[in-house]
Amino acid sequence: MQIHIPDNPQYRELKEYIKKEKGKKGPLIKVLHKAQDIFGYLPKEVQYFVAKELNVNLSDVYGVVTFYNFFSTTPKGKNEINVCLGTACYVRGADKVLSMLEEELNIGNGETTEDNLFTLNTARCFGACGLAPAVMINEEVYGHVDRKKIKKMLAEYKGKEE
Amino acid sequence: MAGVPKLDVLICGGASCISNHSHDIKDTIHEELKKKGIEEDVRVIETGCMGPCELGPVMLVYPDKVFYQRLKPEDIGNIVENHFIKGRPVEEKILVSETTRAIIEKEQEDADFFKKQTKIVLSNCGRIDPENIEEYITENGYAAIGKILTSSNPDEVVETIKKSGLRGRGGGGFPTGRKWEFVKNAENDQKYVVCNADEGDPGAFMDRSVLEGDPHCIIEGMSIAAYAVGANKGYVYIRAEYPLAITRLEHALEQAREYGFLGENIFETGFSFDIEIRIGAGAFVCGEETALISSIEGGRGNPRPRPPFPAISGLWGKPTLLNNVETYANIRHIILNGWEWFSSIGTETSKGTKVFALSGKIKNTGLIEVPMGTTLRELIFDIGGGVPDGKKFKAVQLGGPSGGCVPEEYLDTPIDYETLIELGAMMGSGGVIVMDEDTCMVNTARFFLDFTKSESCGKCVPCRVGLVKLYDMLDKIVKGNGELEDLDKLESLCYSVKKTSLCGLGQTAPNPVLSTLKYFKNEYLEHIQDHTCRAKVCADLVTYTIIPEACRSCGICAKNCPVDCITGSKGVPYVINQDVCISCGTCYDVCPFDSIIKE
Repeated sequence: MQIHIPDNPQYRELKEYIKKEKGKKGPLIKVLHKAQDIFGYLPKEVQYFVAKELNVNLSDVYGVVTFYNFFSTTPKGKNEINVCLGTACYVRGADKVLSMLEEELNIGNGETTEDNLFTLNTARCFGACGLAPAVMINEEVYGHVDRKKIKKMLAEYKGKEE
Repeated sequence: MAGVPKLDVLICGGASCISNHSHDIKDTIHEELKKKGIEEDVRVIETGCMGPCELGPVMLVYPDKVFYQRLKPEDIGNIVENHFIKGRPVEEKILVSETTRAIIEKEQEDADFFKKQTKIVLSNCGRIDPENIEEYITENGYAAIGKILTSSNPDEVVETIKKSGLRGRGGGGFPTGRKWEFVKNAENDQKYVVCNADEGDPGAFMDRSVLEGDPHCIIEGMSIAAYAVGANKGYVYIRAEYPLAITRLEHALEQAREYGFLGENIFETGFSFDIEIRIGAGAFVCGEETALISSIEGGRGNPRPRPPFPAISGLWGKPTLLNNVETYANIRHIILNGWEWFSSIGTETSKGTKVFALSGKIKNTGLIEVPMGTTLRELIFDIGGGVPDGKKFKAVQLGGPSGGCVPEEYLDTPIDYETLIELGAMMGSGGVIVMDEDTCMVNTARFFLDFTKSESCGKCVPCRVGLVKLYDMLDKIVKGNGELEDLDKLESLCYSVKKTSLCGLGQTAPNPVLSTLKYFKNEYLEHIQDHTCRAKVCADLVTYTIIPEACRSCGICAKNCPVDCITGSKGVPYVINQDVCISCGTCYDVCPFDSIIKE
């Protein structure tokens, strides 16, 4: 398979990083974390590039990418919303929080809004059980979430765009 | 500002308080101190988790021992002016509950929340600045590694840990000293020490709090272990979901290297050891030791059959010692205080303390540490404050997706590894999730199976296929289509999956089903025979109706209904069209006059 890899700053940054990590033991997951940081997701080209540079099989790279929830092969919206579906949040109504967000954003779990502003995902417990039900937008955790808070949260992020 | 006593202001930097914007509080304090020109008199320290997450963001002021809670940036000006300058604590930010009243009036130990706790693992959490190695050293930090490097041989260290009775805190409860002995006795020129910080059980945040609040104690615990088993390289495998813990640990590692606690020829004793962090990528199964090893190696987190155990052939085929965060956190205390002291705490078979994360339908959510042998009732009612909003306690879920639900009648059981297994639950990593009368136990079982079926790695058939089948059966019951014979099928499949799965995930995944079948069979029967859900959770078995007399025709329900099945107009009570209604409960939640009933 021949895939064209453009020569741009993103790939150059990744190449530098791989050069540094290549000698260490078991670097694949570390490199994929970095690649996702740089590109936002892991498209086919990036996986191919990683395989080539690390001198491992593309099938191994693909196997790891698809095994872990953290890696994504599709681009994400500008803001990633993660609804915690851990037990404490479940007991305090996380399923309702998810359906409220689905309604408010008019997308399903795992989808991205048309304006590319939000991607809706679910997560397995981010350890903020004391604040259940909890939602994380990017790195920020929002606790004791209800419909009112959801509307406010979303408005806040939409406001940042205007 | 002559005459003003010097104050230490400890602000909780645990994950929960940070989500509640404790950093804004810290910034505002700095601003206010600067404004008043008293920066010199007050030392502001960000600590790890203090425990009472429900009250966050919290702040403790020494030497006055004043405990502020639910702080907002706008409170700070007042506190700085009246407390820090004039010496008068701001009462309205303190006196909210019995717990906090006791904290301010007497010693902290007198408050219910703290009284029954014994802090060993958490002794530094919330008390020291985790980003400052000097504070750790002041608390006898790195004294234990110093002690053994200069006065004990590896055999003696292993013997001490064996005699202490410490057992693995990750859930299984395997005797730690014996594990160490296996690795020590394995002949190989390269061995590894690994810390499992892949705290994946939903409802568990103990390891996260220790890593965030006292990272050096893990480094020291691992160093002692490395010396004992003869390893020179360590890995901490930590979840990507815990960015703060990763940052703090990285920082602590750098400091430890700088101070000569890690690296070549430590204390000039010839012992060399260093630690590398490996970040997970979101796979629950990686908490299982052989899967974790595959993941550190950079591959898919697929478990493999044991034996050979990691102690013989682990990371890159070398003898590997794998312990959990809390286990390592205990080590330095055992070395410093002796195994006799440690084994005097706890029960016959389970020594020491256990850290638990309280959450769910409980008043004082947060992080606590109690001696083994404390009863569940003490944990939930005395320390946790019981169930809020006058609701009735139904069950407590222990041990995460591998554990079980324990009903009220067993709450007086003292907690240790064996008693919990007998109850059909397990210690697990220490998540304690309280459920009240509004929780449906069948739905809860389905929730856990939804979790485990998605997290199954897919390598072995019983787990990959069996869990999906179990989920389907539970789903059928939850939707009101269950038949009586399903219950027998459910139980028998549970046992098949348990017996034949390859790793711990599959072997324990049916536990939530078995324990709810055992203690809450009546709820299963009600779903199947009467098509009712007593907790009114299962949407297909619940109907919503508007009481015409109570309806004030405001129309809010109709506006919010996602399927537009509510009609009415001004002056005329609204009505739900039951043929279209999907029982989502939105109308019930939004009705400002409580005019909608759920039955």
